[in-house]
Order: sequence, then C-alpha cells, then structure tokens
Amino acid sequence: MNSIPAPDVDLISLAPVLVLSVFGFGVLILDLFIGKNKTLLVYISLVGLLVTVVSTFAKQGLPAYSFSCGYVVDNLSVFFTVIFCFSSALTLLLSDNYNRREGIKTGEYYSLVLFCTVGMILLASANNLIMVFLGIEIVSICLYVLAGIRRDNLASNEAALKYFLLGAFATGFLLYGMSLMYGSAGSTNLQKIAAAAAATDNGLNAFMILGVVLFIIGFGFKVASVPFHMWAPDVYHGAPTPITAFMAVGPKAAAFAAFFRVFITAVPDLTSSWSLLISIIAVLSMTIGNLGAIMQTNIKRLLAYSSVSHAGYILIALVAKNSMSTASLLFYMLSYAFVIFGAFGIVIILGRRGNENLEIKNYAGLAYKHPVLALSMAVFMLSLGGLPPFAGFVAKFYIFSAALSEGHVLLVVIAVLNSVVSFYYYLKVIVYMYMQEAQDEFQPTLAPLSLLVVGIAVLGTVLLGVLPGPVIDLAQIATLI
Amino acid sequence: MFLTFVTFLPLAGALVLALFPKKEESAIKQFALAVAVADFLLSLVFYAKFDTGTHAMQFAQSIPWIQAWGISYHVGMDGISLLLYIMTTFLTAVAILASWNVKKHIKEYMMAMLALSTGMLGVFIALDFFLFYVFWELQLVPMYVIIGVWGGPRRVYAAVKFFLYTAVGSLLMLVAIIVIYFLNFSETGVYTTDILYITEHLNIPLDTQKWLFMAFFMAFAIKVPMFPFHTWLPDAHMEAPTAGSVILAGVLLKMGTYGFLRFNLPLFPHASNEFIPFIAILSIIGIIYGALVSLVQEDLKKLVAYSSVSHLGFVMLGIFAFNHYGIQGALIQNINHGLSTGALFLLVGMIYDRRHTRLIKEFGGLAKQMPKFTICFMIVALSSIGLPGMNGFVGEFLILLGIFQVNAMYAAFATSGVIFAACYILWMFQRVMFMELKNPKNQKLDDLNFRELCLLAPIILLIFWIGLYPKPFLKTFDATVAHLITQVDPNNFKPGKELERHALLEETPAQAKAGRREP
Repeated sequence: MNSIPAPDVDLISLAPVLVLSVFGFGVLILDLFIGKNKTLLVYISLVGLLVTVVSTFAKQGLPAYSFSCGYVVDNLSVFFTVIFCFSSALTLLLSDNYNRREGIKTGEYYSLVLFCTVGMILLASANNLIMVFLGIEIVSICLYVLAGIRRDNLASNEAALKYFLLGAFATGFLLYGMSLMYGSAGSTNLQKIAAAAAATDNGLNAFMILGVVLFIIGFGFKVASVPFHMWAPDVYHGAPTPITAFMAVGPKAAAFAAFFRVFITAVPDLTSSWSLLISIIAVLSMTIGNLGAIMQTNIKRLLAYSSVSHAGYILIALVAKNSMSTASLLFYMLSYAFVIFGAFGIVIILGRRGNENLEIKNYAGLAYKHPVLALSMAVFMLSLGGLPPFAGFVAKFYIFSAALSEGHVLLVVIAVLNSVVSFYYYLKVIVYMYMQEAQDEFQPTLAPLSLLVVGIAVLGTVLLGVLPGPVIDLAQIATLI
Repeated sequence: MFLTFVTFLPLAGALVLALFPKKEESAIKQFALAVAVADFLLSLVFYAKFDTGTHAMQFAQSIPWIQAWGISYHVGMDGISLLLYIMTTFLTAVAILASWNVKKHIKEYMMAMLALSTGMLGVFIALDFFLFYVFWELQLVPMYVIIGVWGGPRRVYAAVKFFLYTAVGSLLMLVAIIVIYFLNFSETGVYTTDILYITEHLNIPLDTQKWLFMAFFMAFAIKVPMFPFHTWLPDAHMEAPTAGSVILAGVLLKMGTYGFLRFNLPLFPHASNEFIPFIAILSIIGIIYGALVSLVQEDLKKLVAYSSVSHLGFVMLGIFAFNHYGIQGALIQNINHGLSTGALFLLVGMIYDRRHTRLIKEFGGLAKQMPKFTICFMIVALSSIGLPGMNGFVGEFLILLGIFQVNAMYAAFATSGVIFAACYILWMFQRVMFMELKNPKNQKLDDLNFRELCLLAPIILLIFWIGLYPKPFLKTFDATVAHLITQVDPNNFKPGKELERHALLEETPAQAKAGRREP
C-alpha cells in the first residue's frame, strides 16, 4: 500500500493567508472578552493586515507553488494581496466610526472582514479550479453576513437575502462550469486544462466551451457585470456603507484576479470563443451601468451603477489579453480603490445618526459650508469619470491603450462615449455641491479615522494621476509571471 | 524653466488664494489681479526674446514624466503659440479686472479664474500628447464651474452642455492619440508621445490619416466651434458671467484653431489636403449662418456669441487655404477676434450691470446718456466688422487674399459674410445707441467709470496698433507659417513611402499584431 504523500507546502509563501487567519480568529476570540467598545478590534485587525503585507514580501524567488500546484504566489498575486490588505484596512478605518454611529456592536464584523480578505488572497493565488471555488465561497459567505449585519435595518436584511440567494445561484453556475471543464480536461489544474484544451482539435471542445460560458456567467455575477448586475444596486444600497465600499473594491478585484488567471492561463486557445462574449458583456456593462446611474437620486445607488460600468471598463482589459492589459488591470484596481474609498468616506462623513443623508440633493451647497469635503468629493467624481490629472484618467488611459494595442478600436470608442455619458451623473454630484444653494442645515460627522481615509484617498488619487510612473513600473513587474 | 514658471504662476496664485480668509474680499481681488498682471508682464519677456527667424521650438523644456510609456513634460513655443500665449495672460488679467463686481463666493471665483489661466496656457505650449491632453481637460473644469456657479438662470444646463460637448470631442481625440502612439511605435520602434518627434518621423497611410484627422477634427471643431457643432456656444455665452464670456471667446475658442494648426495639418497633411472642400464648406456655412442668426437676435450677448461662429469660420477658412496669407491671416484674426469680441462682451457686460437686461429693444439713444461708452462701443464694433485702419481689416483681408488664390468661389461666399457682419453690427448699434432716448430707465445711466475705461483702453490701443502697424505681430509667425506650408504641401509627401505603407495596411490586424510582437 502506498504511503499517502504529504502535499508540497511552501509555508513562507503561505504566510499571508496564515497570518491573516490567525488574526481573524484572534479577533473573534478577543471580542468575547472586551466590552461594548470595539475600537480595540479595529486596531488589532489593522495590525494583522500590516503584518500580512509585510509577510507577503518574505518569500524570495517567486513564483512559489504549493498544494500540487494548486496555489501559486507570484508577483501578480503579491500585488493583489497588497491591494486587498489596503482596501480592507481602509474599510476598517471607515467602519470604526460608522459602526459606533449606527449601533453595529457585533465584533464578528471585524473578523469577517479579515476572513473575507483571506478568501480574496486565495482567489488571487488560485491555480486550480477547486482553489478558485474555495476562495469565491469564503469571500461570498463573509459578504453575505456583512451585508446583513445591521439586523434591525430592513434594507440591510433585504440586501443580505438578495445577495445570498442570487449569489448561491451564480455559484451553482460557476461550479457547473468548473465541473464541465474538469470533465473535458481531466484536471482542475489550470496549466493542465490549457494543455488538454490545446490537445483536442483546435480546442473546439463543446464541453469545454460550455464550461467556459457557465464560468463567465458565475464570474459575471461576482463582478456585477450586465446582465448579472441586478443585485448590485440593492445590495450596495442596503449594506453598511463601509462594506459597500469594500465590496466595490476588494472582492471585485479578487474576482477579476481569478478571472484573469483562469482565462489567460487555462483557456488561452479559446480566445475566439470567449473574447467576443466578454466584449459584449463589457459593452453592456458600461452602457447599462451608465444609463442606470443617470436616473439615480441616491448616492449609494449611483455609485453602485457606476461600479457596474467600471466592471465593463475592466473587462476591456480582459478582452485585450496581453501583459499590458494585466498591468492596466492592476493599476485600475489600485486607483479605483483610492477613489471609491474616498467617495464612500465622504458619504459616511456626511451622514449622521438616524439620517444618513444619502440623497444627492442633500449635498446642495456643500461647497460653501465644507469646502474641503466638497472639493475632495469633486476630485473623486472627476477621477471616476476619468478626467486628468487624477488617477482615474491614467487608469482609463492604460486600459484603452492596452485594448488599442490589440486593435480593439470599436470597443474603445464605445468606452469613451460611455465615459461622456458617465460625466453627466458624476457632474450631477458636483452641480449639487457647487451650483445649488443649501436647503437644510446638516452637521457632518467629522471623525478623525474617516477623515484620514479621505485624506489618503485624495492623496492617492492625485499622486497616481500626476506621478503614476513608479506604480506603472510595479504593475509591469507584477505581470511578469 | 521660465516658461514653466510663467505657466504655473496663476495656479500657484490660486493655491495661495485658498489660504486667504473668505471675508477679505478686496484683498482677494487685488491679489488675484496682481498675479494675473504679473503673469502678463512676465509673458511679454517671451515676445522680447523670441527669435522670429526660426520655426523651431523656443524656451523649450523637457523632463521625463512617465518613463514606462515614454511620456515627458515637454513644453515650448513657436510662432503659432507665442501671441496666443500672451493674449491668454492679457485676457486673464482683463477678465479678473472685469470681475470686480462679482457678488458671491469671490474667493472661489478668483481661484477658478487663475486655475483656468494655467490650463489654457498649458494647452498652447504642450509638446507632448499626454501633457496636451491633460491641459486640454484641465481648463475644462474651471470654466465649467465659472459658468455653472456664477452664470445666469440656466447656468447649470449651459455648463453641463459645455462640458459634455467638449468631452465627446476630446475623448475621441484621446483614442486617436493612443492609436498614433502605437502607429509610431510600430514604425519607429520608440514608445513616445512627443509631438515633435512623432510629427517628424511618423508617416501615416492616407486611409488611417483620414480617420485620425476626423477624430482630432471632432475635438477641435467642437471647440472652435464650427457649424454644426456650435450649439453649445450660444448657451454657454448666454449664461456665463462677463469675464467667463471674455475668456471663452477670447481664448477657449482659439484652442480649437490652434489644435488644427498644431496637429491636423502637420500630422495628417495628406488628409488635410483631401478635406479642404469639407472644411471650407463648413466654414462658409458657419460664416453666413452665424451672421444671419446674429442679425435676428434680440439679445445683445447672443448676437455677439453668434458673431463668433461667423468670425471663427473666417479663421478656419484661412487655415485651410494652406498658403502664407491665409494662415497668417488666420493667426492674426485669432488675436483680433479675442480682442474685439472680448471687448464686445465686456461692453455688453457693462450695460448689463447697469440695466440688468441685454435685450436690444430695451435700449435706444444711449449715445446721449453715455458718450464714452458709445465711443468705445463704436470703435470695438467697427473693428469687429473689419474697418480699414483697425485690426479686423488686417486679418480678414489676409484671409480673403489667401483663400482667393486657392478658390475664388470660396472667397466670394466668404466676402458676403463681411457684408452681413456690417449689417448686424451697425443695425444693432443704431438700435442701441441712436434714436430717441425713450425708455425712462435709460435716462439715469452712469457713463463708464475709471476701472471700466482701464479695461477697455489697452484693448482699443491694440485694435489700432494691429490695424495700423501689424508688422510686429505678423513677423512673429513668419518662419513658423512658412514651415507649416511646406509640411502640408502635396509636393513634399513621400510617394514611395506612402505606397509601401499601403501594403502594410492591407495586412489583417492579426498579422500586423503578430509582426509587432516579434522582436
């Protein structure tokens, strides 16, 4: 009888996941021993994320494979891990004040954010369909709970239930797709799938193609792309605002990371089959996301639709499918993280207990009462629209360049026309802040931690826009898998 | 270095202004004016030191910016940019002085004005596509805010319309810029966005030139604005505050004509030649249509706004004459239009400040009540219709001379625009200034005060200076225009290379891609 082989595990390369899990459990246990004030948990979680980032750089000589090549740590996953930890840290900073204000006293909140981050790191490092599935499930389950963590709030409950039901449905598609790919290739390892797909006649294998299509549906749901975006506005609206920001950045980036890895590593030969499909999804996401956003009067819903359209822009990078497009994805996600956290940070600051001030018309005249807050929000809106000299412009320039270098002119023209449409609603926020007189007096909650997040976000948005060079260099290094 | 300093001085001033307490209104105004005037005086140094004998870029500075993409901060000036640059600093100072009576949010207003100035100056000196695009969009936001916050009753509509119109064109231009970036790489093997390098080295096949020309055309034609992309202009002018209109007409529209001269002609010479009839006909429609619509306006400001469409049609026609007279005329007419129309907007603003209406029928007989105002108005109005001895004549004469050499038919139609201009301006002048002073509200109007005379005096001086002795102005662009004409001369196209490149284009995109990937 053969002895069971021990899996080849590279513990140093696994350190981020391990460290973060330990901190997650630690926070969970510590929660039992501290009182109502959960601020301590925020700081411990932040330390955990910091240690995770440091441990990410511990491993030399990438890429490092573990678990029979099911888990890979390479420059790409390192870059993503940093983005994830960064976005989780900003989420925690925003949460402290928000949770106190809204009376969210559950300590699990913080450990769920950490566990969710673990899932995201798994996703970015997954080199095996099973690992992808594990990552997706860890992320999703944490988010289902986080979305509904305001138990006494109807919208929050609705968000959680809707997200859970639709998410479970989408996971079913994903799993079915994976099983078809497995059935056709005989392995769940991405490289082996690629080899198997190449071996069959021109990769034209019906099961494989069906699997890929189902896979796209599942992922399309996770990144909120049209026509699988229906959950996004309601969930973004109902979830606690820091979690909304978190969902718009971290898990989305993680899903894109896995999306890219699976499609570029496992099924590169099926390009002709899936790139058209993804182009269509990209165009639909941009167009419907932007048109939907025009009608919104609620800032969270507006940002939800805008996030749908941004998913469309990012999918353009997937269509382009070269090293430049992967680097552009990294740059886009980083700049998007700054902008989104900044914008939601302002939304949180402008709210008050019992009155979240989520209607855009509540922002009327803000520029003359709180000029710095209004200017920051204007910067974020213009950056989302893609106006220089802000991060959003460089990010869009990068993605458009990647797509044009592969000759996708039509796709880019559609994208820029969509950008024009998007300016309309981003400007609407500025119109209210600058061009309307204030209607009612309101007192923002000027909490230091939230202001810190906004400060970091403004700094990042402007710096990435004015001096993007170093980050572009890093992103290019990260794509050298 | 000095060029960068002068360009960014207003922005720095705006940032310093942010530190001023809100209540110190007069200090804010004086500081803003001081910055703008200092910037204008500093910009005169460029004129003094400018070498008119060469078309090369002067006062140039180049610093690597985003090295991974070959983007650099590259600025410089040639004959096309010099006068536009100086006019921008001049009109900024005028606009700030003209805004002395702005009531609300004066600090934010002055900050927007100064930031706008840096954006506009940057457009005229940027020698890198990326940098150019950044400046091009940078001036958009302050202008949008100026219209939207300090404008008239429909200001938000006008501001958003202005923004979206410009954004459509500029984003299409962005796509074209990226395409040129990769075309240049596939031909020269260098990743760069340097305008001079690309203009010199890149030889684009005609079919591609046409597409790229159209993309740039969209951006610039909307800005000029050429018929039929002009509809944002009357709205923007109607709602903008006086100073906003001055800047809009004086400088922002010139960014469009500047774009044609800097990009479309040298980069796509073949396509430019092909598109001459297209541009010429649109320009002529613009000239006649703008003039006819001006004729029937009841609102003074709208009349001036539509007259811009007509005047800019002349400028476009001059550019696409592709000869020395035409382009020189277009360049000087750029300046003339900035001065005359800027002054007209100032005058309309002055009467609006007093009466809070701009409807022509509300006025009549102002000459008796406001003699100084009437004289200033008359000089500016006559300059606008191109009376000999004033600046408008020099520009229009050169343009018509240039276009006549190319196509007498175009010249004939364009000349009718001059006649219409006389009609709408003189008729308006008659209804506002002459006739009986019937309306009792007009009987107590004050004449121009010292500040307002200070505003108009330098403009009127320039009107006569350019009209009577245009040489110091015309000579600045001699060498540059001569060079530009050789660039668009069909005899200088490289036919051999052209054919070769046609073959390259017939490859399927996939093949071309594959070729590009291989080292």
